Amino acid sequence: MDREVSRIIENRQLAGGIYKMTLETKECKFSRPGQFAMIGVEGKFLRRPISVCEYDSDRYTIIYKVVGEGTDILSRMLPGEKVNSITGCGNGYDVDAIPDGAYLVAGGIGIPPMLGLMKALVMQGKNANLVLGFNSKNDFFLIEEFRNICGNIDILTADGSNGRKGFVTDAFAHADYACACGPTGMLKALDSKVSRGQFSLEARMGCGFGACMGCSINTLEGPMRVCKEGPVFDKEIIEWQKL
Amino acid sequence: MAETIKTNAPAWAEASAMAGADMRVNLCGIELANPVMPASGTFGYGMEYRELYDLNLLGAIVTKSVTLEPRYGNELPRIAECTSGMLNSIGLQNPGIEHYMSEDIPMLRKHYHGPIVSNVSEFSVEGYAEAVGKLNSLDDISMFEINISCPNVHHGGSSFGADPALAEEITRACRKSTDKPLFMKLTPNVTSISEIAKACEAGGADGISLINNFKAMRIDLKTRKTITSEKYAGLSGPAIRPIAMRMVNEVYHAVKLPIIGIGGIQTADDVLEMIMAGASAIEVGSANLIDPWVCPQIIEDLPKRMVELGITNLNEIRGVV
Repeated sequence: MDREVSRIIENRQLAGGIYKMTLETKECKFSRPGQFAMIGVEGKFLRRPISVCEYDSDRYTIIYKVVGEGTDILSRMLPGEKVNSITGCGNGYDVDAIPDGAYLVAGGIGIPPMLGLMKALVMQGKNANLVLGFNSKNDFFLIEEFRNICGNIDILTADGSNGRKGFVTDAFAHADYACACGPTGMLKALDSKVSRGQFSLEARMGCGFGACMGCSINTLEGPMRVCKEGPVFDKEIIEWQKL
Repeated sequence: MAETIKTNAPAWAEASAMAGADMRVNLCGIELANPVMPASGTFGYGMEYRELYDLNLLGAIVTKSVTLEPRYGNELPRIAECTSGMLNSIGLQNPGIEHYMSEDIPMLRKHYHGPIVSNVSEFSVEGYAEAVGKLNSLDDISMFEINISCPNVHHGGSSFGADPALAEEITRACRKSTDKPLFMKLTPNVTSISEIAKACEAGGADGISLINNFKAMRIDLKTRKTITSEKYAGLSGPAIRPIAMRMVNEVYHAVKLPIIGIGGIQTADDVLEMIMAGASAIEVGSANLIDPWVCPQIIEDLPKRMVELGITNLNEIRGVV
């Protein structure tokens, strides 16, 4: 059986507890920004779902935060080592549906997928207003990469150590259209300030490819799996009060 | 032989038999090209795996538990991890029997031509009988596996499988609703699994599937709450395999029915060990979730291991212990 294996090209720390890993694999199955990979970690039973930052046909980058034993093991892996992977998991952002001048809003470890999304929008000749939220300036990462492709960036820190003090929800009063990625609390707070958009949810997953029903949420269109119909959903169909 | 496996289970089985490793099994008159089937609840209705490999490699497919009415299941989180395994508290999420019959089975049949085992769950004796009665009309269903062992529902579920009298009554009721092979899937959360198996035999079962998940618990040290929203969830994975082996062996010596062995199987060696314990066929459960290619890998490895171990036919090793 031909299983998917990815080889680590680089794995380095970007900020406190935040790591960037670039991997290569024969068949890289990503087709949209906002999708994720399931990465196997030696000694851990379940694979880890990690959203893709950027990808091409045989190479992809994930940026992850060390939150437990699994991601800690991952952070200590070296270039040349191999991991079991499943690339191209889930439903990403529908770039065609995003209008010119939309907001892209992300907080913390929800930021990486926005780089791939921003680049895809630039390719289509669209502008966007980027809003990034961090706890503190010590947590900054990817800022330069975003500045290279987007002239309209609003950075907020919860402790006011750099940029504006506040949360991403303080960045604007109302938006017609926004794409968002971040903690559930952030997305809930954002929901009422945005008319339409695509929000990326997170959930504790079992398989990551739709088989176990471990991450099903209620939507106005019935139960949906965060790992399969999501993680990116039209935000209008989410039953936010039930999350 | 290596090319054959990519397309067709019977052809692979025949080639293997010719090479001295016959992995074909007969389960109550149903011919399986090999003893490997994905376990209910780890394989949906096959569509997610169809994207990864040809389903026709499998010995049979056991579909996710279906109930008369659609169910959303339990609140999130439904998954926790542990050493050598995982906990789940899905709660029988499924689209209901009408959708299953009109959409899911026909869709599976489009892509898969082998035996389909329909796993059925309900919340009363009458409910089980009604569900099996409805499903019995589908020619695409070869066999039933009655789930009297779900650890994740508050009514019915494993409480049915923990009471011999109730287990027998449900078996009898299902038996009246179908002439197709009827397997009862048992819970390990009992004092004597042999007693439950005997009760199912008395009720007219054709076979026994075991085991379902163990009731288990994980606690988050920071929140001081259980990791799953349901306090107790079902433990599966290699952690439970030796216990499943023992229970299969107990049941093998207690009843005359064929057994489908389930619990933590991940490799061809695990399959052979389970058959030596007394199983006629096996199901692969949570291993599918962490390695979706595991079933075809086992099927590819099995004849090789049989040759290495001097096993020409699975019948010769069944229940040797």
